[in-house]
Amino acid sequence: MIIAEQKPVNEILKNIPENSRLLIVGCDTCVTVCLAGGEKEVAVLSSVISMSDKKMKSIEGTSIERQCDKEFLSEIKDRVSECDIILSMACGVGVQMMSDYYNGKIVLPALNTLFMGSNEETGYWLERCLGCGDCSLDITGGICPKTRCSKGLMNGPCGGSEGGKCEVDPENLDCGWNLIYNRLKELNRLDTMAAIQPPRDWSKSHDGGPRRIIREDLLL
Amino acid sequence: MKTEKKSRMQRLFEKGEFVVTAELGPPKSLDFSVLDRKIDLLSGVVDAVNLTDNQTAIARISSIAAGLYVMKAGLEPVIQMACRDRNRLAIQADLLGACLHGITNVLCLTGDHQCMGNHPGAKHVFDIDSIQLIQIVKNMRDKGVFQNGDEIRNSKKSDLFPPYFFIGGAANPFAEPFEWRVSRLEKKIEAGIDFIQTQCIYDMDRFGQWMKEVVDRGLHKKAKIMAGITPIKSLGMARYMRDNVAGVTVPDSVIQRMEKVENVKEEGIKFAVEQIRQFREMEGIAGVHIMAIEWEDAVKGMVESSGLLPRPKVS
Repeated sequence: MIIAEQKPVNEILKNIPENSRLLIVGCDTCVTVCLAGGEKEVAVLSSVISMSDKKMKSIEGTSIERQCDKEFLSEIKDRVSECDIILSMACGVGVQMMSDYYNGKIVLPALNTLFMGSNEETGYWLERCLGCGDCSLDITGGICPKTRCSKGLMNGPCGGSEGGKCEVDPENLDCGWNLIYNRLKELNRLDTMAAIQPPRDWSKSHDGGPRRIIREDLLL
Repeated sequence: MKTEKKSRMQRLFEKGEFVVTAELGPPKSLDFSVLDRKIDLLSGVVDAVNLTDNQTAIARISSIAAGLYVMKAGLEPVIQMACRDRNRLAIQADLLGACLHGITNVLCLTGDHQCMGNHPGAKHVFDIDSIQLIQIVKNMRDKGVFQNGDEIRNSKKSDLFPPYFFIGGAANPFAEPFEWRVSRLEKKIEAGIDFIQTQCIYDMDRFGQWMKEVVDRGLHKKAKIMAGITPIKSLGMARYMRDNVAGVTVPDSVIQRMEKVENVKEEGIKFAVEQIRQFREMEGIAGVHIMAIEWEDAVKGMVESSGLLPRPKVS
């Protein structure tokens, strides 16, 4: 799931021109689950903006199934026609899709999109995947070193691993390679950790414009 | 073409000498008076000096540039190459450049995370890690190829012209998982290191355990192992190292020993000398690497009291 968090209110307000007709649009998928941009957050942000010093002509709120999907974007056509500014509470994909679809409108982001991750416990989300395009979870016991190791190392823990923690934040951050080591040990697969992993092919990662998938078998 | 020119450090190891190196942090500005002083303090006292590479992620004069400077002053450099600030293109280019100027001792490191330093907002590179770096340097030297497999020559018609390196790495016997640490060394050896310098050692028991496993696996025969030493300068420093530096363990017995004395500096050096003497007796240790942080004045006394002066000559 995509994890995002709301931008500081001051930053959101700074970007909205005074006396606008504002439409705040939530997204019912990932950002609803991570409590950053769903229906509830739309309502809260509407109140916050209405109570701020910045005067708006009107503030409307709504939420759609997925802002990353054209099909759902069309649903709010009428409401969009009556606003000057769309404040999107979706992830970066949703904001861009909204901008493309309603390209005559100013679309502003209300969230910072952070990562692909998991909800570990109430109020705690953790990055799990970088989308590197070259998955190596088969050799690391299902724990991603590129994401979980602060340096993205591929050949085992550096010298900064102590007490199972990473030197980057010894209080809160697990050493990714310590997790991998323990998992592989449990699986009796430490031999995979002993093998030298060659330099990665970063061309599969975000490295030259947006990555695309084109499947001939599915093209109309 | 053959560019092989063995460094003094390599030749000393080959002669079976107990090699002594020291750390020399390049300065942050063009005011080299500090470096000149350190060069004076270490000349004739150690066999080579490590020029750190933006150590602890603080921008400084580059390792190779400082290495050339100390070389002109008659000291042999060990340049450090960390993966944090350069991708494989920059690393290979810099290494060829170092070799062009006669620098062949290279210590291959992953590098401290940028959050440790003074540019925490910098983007780290880590295109490759230290083990991959070691392998790249070895292939440049032994196979005459770049990382992509291209041969190191100017054109198809010209001669293969591989650079020459004496390849080093670091090892931390105290980091965790402890039981993986010898395997990590083995991996570096397999990748191609000729020598390693360890993290600074205070916990002699734990180091002894690590070293025993190293010897049991015969790894000391495949790479020269240099024990790392940082003399304790003050109680505050010892406690700081114990509490705040990941991968450094300072046993309570060492802290207590320093608490008991009036002159911690003197005791710190005494302890370091005892350590060096023990390392000289330990099977598998081929030298020491002294990291006297901003305390280069102490090095000569330590080396002398350990019975390691004068330094041997090589032809």
